[in-house]
Amino acid sequence: MRRIEGKAIIELRVNGEARTVAVRPSDLLLDVLRNQLGLTGAKPGCKNGDCGACTVLMDGWPVKSCLVLAVEAEGHELLTVEGLEGKSPVQAAFVGHGAFQCGYCTPGFVMVCHAMLTHHPGAEELVMEEWLQSNLCRCTSYSEIRDAVRAVANAGKRE
Amino acid sequence: MIARNFAYLQPDTKEQAAAFYQEFAEPFYYGGGSEIITMCRAGDIAPDAVIDLKRIPEANVLRLEGDALVIGGCVPLRAIGDSGLFPLLKLVCGRIADHTNQCRITLGGNLCGTIQYRETALALLLADALVVLFGPGGARAVSIHEAFDERMRLLHGEFVLQARIPAQALFLPYVHVKKTAGEKIDYPLVSLSALACGDGVRVALSGLLPYPFRSRAMEDALSNRSESRERRVQNAIQCLPAMPMADYQGSAEYRQFVLRQTLAAMMEVLNL
Repeated sequence: MRRIEGKAIIELRVNGEARTVAVRPSDLLLDVLRNQLGLTGAKPGCKNGDCGACTVLMDGWPVKSCLVLAVEAEGHELLTVEGLEGKSPVQAAFVGHGAFQCGYCTPGFVMVCHAMLTHHPGAEELVMEEWLQSNLCRCTSYSEIRDAVRAVANAGKRE
Repeated sequence: MIARNFAYLQPDTKEQAAAFYQEFAEPFYYGGGSEIITMCRAGDIAPDAVIDLKRIPEANVLRLEGDALVIGGCVPLRAIGDSGLFPLLKLVCGRIADHTNQCRITLGGNLCGTIQYRETALALLLADALVVLFGPGGARAVSIHEAFDERMRLLHGEFVLQARIPAQALFLPYVHVKKTAGEKIDYPLVSLSALACGDGVRVALSGLLPYPFRSRAMEDALSNRSESRERRVQNAIQCLPAMPMADYQGSAEYRQFVLRQTLAAMMEVLNL
């Protein structure tokens, strides 16, 4: 049983490291990642769970960090775009296919694609469509994003 | 940012959860949290405590037990879909919000939330499921038809612990169609679920009226094979319990038009 009232010190596992933060129960994971831990890869967009710019992974599944309380994340493994360290094949594919313009939505897309290709290495079109509908790109780079993801998925099919 | 703070409680048992509920003036049970966080941020609600149910073991069950599929109230829609244990419910879950949000939205949250569409209720209504509710008065297992009348009818301090779906309903031929005004990820103009059962069909709808419902009168009309398909669809529409909603997504007439096309397509798919 856990009970947190007022402000509390909690430990978050972020990108493989234990990080200690002081939070109120109503603090959102997105704000704690950005303002306390300096992990500004997750972006505030709609802050309403619609745009996906703030997507991070919790235990390997994508979540919109604007819709997660920081206290809820204690005891779970968090992965932000910084934790990929530029080594995800998705990141290389985004660069290779020019899958961004302003880049604001890119970390969210990268995290969703990274999770999808972890769970479905050779993802078919229908799976890609389902997963990628969680994120919005107002520069409308959708076709390039799809090309990038498709390239990584096709490589996964060959392995 | 949520301006007003609250207490965060994470019980390990259902009994602790119910006890917490009685301790506060404005407590909210908390599953995936999407709706509560959104409403807190907008200032629509101001809980003094949120009671996170996700550590309660019974609320996380997802398995076949004897002659029923048991789904805990805190199981996320994504997990229900991935399990494939109830193909109709998989389709329903796959069309609620988007995939990332499906990783957070729970069965209990969808059933009990304030967003009126509550589409998981469609599959439970068609399957004649039981829901296990828990509150300060203990547990009670009731038919979904008793527990869900336009919305979940919970006693003070109750939450959805589990849904129990009869195994015989799991693999009946089914249809689920969600029609939206524009984007695929949107609230429904019409969301229709159907299960073929014997010579007849069970039908439940969301988006058409301000609440999900299953209509026996519509089912009787659609199952009457002495009439043509076109006539059966027309008769079913005449059995609607109220005029369809009219809002920014579509007029009542347009919703009725969409319903007619959707019912006709369902009849064909299920070979009724």
